Amino acid sequence: MAETSYPAVNLCEYLEDSADRLSGRVAVVDPDGSSVTYRELNDRANRVAGFLLERGLQPGDRVGLVQPKSVTGVCAIFGILKARGAYVPVDSTAPPARIRSILDNCRVRALFSDLRCAEVVADVETVVVTGPRAERDLQNLPQGAFAWEKVLESAPDRAEHASRHPDDLAYILYTSGSTGIPKGVTLTHRNAISFVEWCSSVFNPDEHDRFSSHAPFHFDLSILDIYLPMKHGSSLYLISEELGKNPAKMAAFVASNQLTVWYSTPSILSLLAEFGDLKQYDFSDLRLVLFAGEVFPVKHLRNITRHWPSPIYFNLYGPTETNVCTYARIPTPVPDDRTQPYPIGWPCSHCSAVVVDDNKEPVPDGEEGLLYISGPSVFAGYWGRAEETAPAFLERDGCRWYNTGDVVKQDPVDGFIYVGRRDRMVKRRGYRIELGDIESALYRHKQISEAAVVAIPDADAGVKILAFVTTLHDAPPSIVDLKVFCSKALPAYMSPDAFLFQNSLPRTSTDKVDYQKLQNESTLKLESSKNMG
Amino acid sequence: MSDQVADQIKEEIRRYVLSEFLPGEKASNLGDDTPLRTSGIVDSVGLLRLIDFVEERYRIQVDAHEAGVENFDRIEDIASFIKKKRQAGA
Repeated sequence: MAETSYPAVNLCEYLEDSADRLSGRVAVVDPDGSSVTYRELNDRANRVAGFLLERGLQPGDRVGLVQPKSVTGVCAIFGILKARGAYVPVDSTAPPARIRSILDNCRVRALFSDLRCAEVVADVETVVVTGPRAERDLQNLPQGAFAWEKVLESAPDRAEHASRHPDDLAYILYTSGSTGIPKGVTLTHRNAISFVEWCSSVFNPDEHDRFSSHAPFHFDLSILDIYLPMKHGSSLYLISEELGKNPAKMAAFVASNQLTVWYSTPSILSLLAEFGDLKQYDFSDLRLVLFAGEVFPVKHLRNITRHWPSPIYFNLYGPTETNVCTYARIPTPVPDDRTQPYPIGWPCSHCSAVVVDDNKEPVPDGEEGLLYISGPSVFAGYWGRAEETAPAFLERDGCRWYNTGDVVKQDPVDGFIYVGRRDRMVKRRGYRIELGDIESALYRHKQISEAAVVAIPDADAGVKILAFVTTLHDAPPSIVDLKVFCSKALPAYMSPDAFLFQNSLPRTSTDKVDYQKLQNESTLKLESSKNMG
Repeated sequence: MSDQVADQIKEEIRRYVLSEFLPGEKASNLGDDTPLRTSGIVDSVGLLRLIDFVEERYRIQVDAHEAGVENFDRIEDIASFIKKKRQAGA
């Protein structure tokens, strides 16, 4: 298949072009209210690139980004891309051991980090400490670390124009891995640019748009958030982690900044509708609401569309490995009697999709099968895990087809309808969770001898995660103790909702944990344990 | 508010936290001083539900700036917060 030629080779060209055309327009607004223009953002990113190149950064070298969302973070991202490096955004609120394992896994050459996280990494060659200056002035920086301001003041203004290539690695996003070690999805500039160009053709943004940036940068929703506004000279409003969890303040933020485009997971929209007290604000500027990352329970979707009746709604579907690959426009109002979730729709114009059976043969319309995706946005591979990359693909008709692992069926009118999964991956608040990842953490608890984790559908929360455990001693740990343990070992969204103590775990005839049996018993057990409480 | 009322409030919150966030746990393992937010027992979404419960049950309004760990980390802090709010509103 002939490769499409795109107007950009490297994502940083979106910023460079807008800085040329619309230099004085506001590019990014920080959670603290300060902002940078396109020219300022481009100049600072050039300094960051100059600094990294001076420190010997080579094309394809990874650079970690571990800090709360900020204008500084956006400058760092574009600086890294301009130097032909790849950025690796990591959740700064994750347990330190998890942060370390990610940075070690892809062997970052340099790191942009706030003070707290700069202290958890040991052997990174170049560390730039960001975050509030006052905080840093009070303490000594770690040995050999650079202060962010020094980078901007003293580095040469440079960008690596000559040798940019669309297949350069642009960023790595880590997702939950089934063995307890996060898995790095590597994405190139072409992967992201093909997606951004598609967004551009469907959503038609312009320089008057004001985009929300709700998702953290380590989450794939951030790719649309960052690069689509940069391409069009729109303004990007960064929502801090703290604000992003506070629906009442978030609603006021959307209204007072007259945001025109909102993009988040359905969970956040549900929270806004339920707790945002939306009726007291004017949201008439909002023209587009995009959601992705999980199934949107219809009850909550109806609720938000009642509060926000005028925008156009789109359901965007796609794993991190492909970015958004199918989409559906959601007609509003949502009928009162609808209970079925909306379809994930038809493939985006830059993607092809096929539904196949267990023999990898296409199934007829209406039959269930696994969804495979092909196209320029499909990722290159898992970092350092060739053995997991190869089985994720199917070679056919000269194309690489990625197995999403999602079971769908095709409707001739609505497109693809999401059915579920056959493996042990679930989505909670838009995050992918491998249930095995939670089990690995539980096995590290000194009183636990066996652990099996299952997820059951829940009308309100999407899924509930239940951990069945057997313990080494007669006196089991308290559930409070297990909760506290999990909060230290796992990101918050992975912590089980309930723990159920067992004498032994049920086994299949081949002596494997009988997850099906646990799954079937779960709903009942959760109910009865609630009553006991 | 008498001590008896304060104790009743603590008990009600304890029962709510146990059933919502710690299904199956013994009441004796959730003390008045067990951290809820900083321990990860109640996450950010859980906090919204807890506040909703407190607002409805005790007919008080919790403002955004009051929803931090100083008032909502431990059952005893939540109970004193409710007491303060009710006295202010009386």
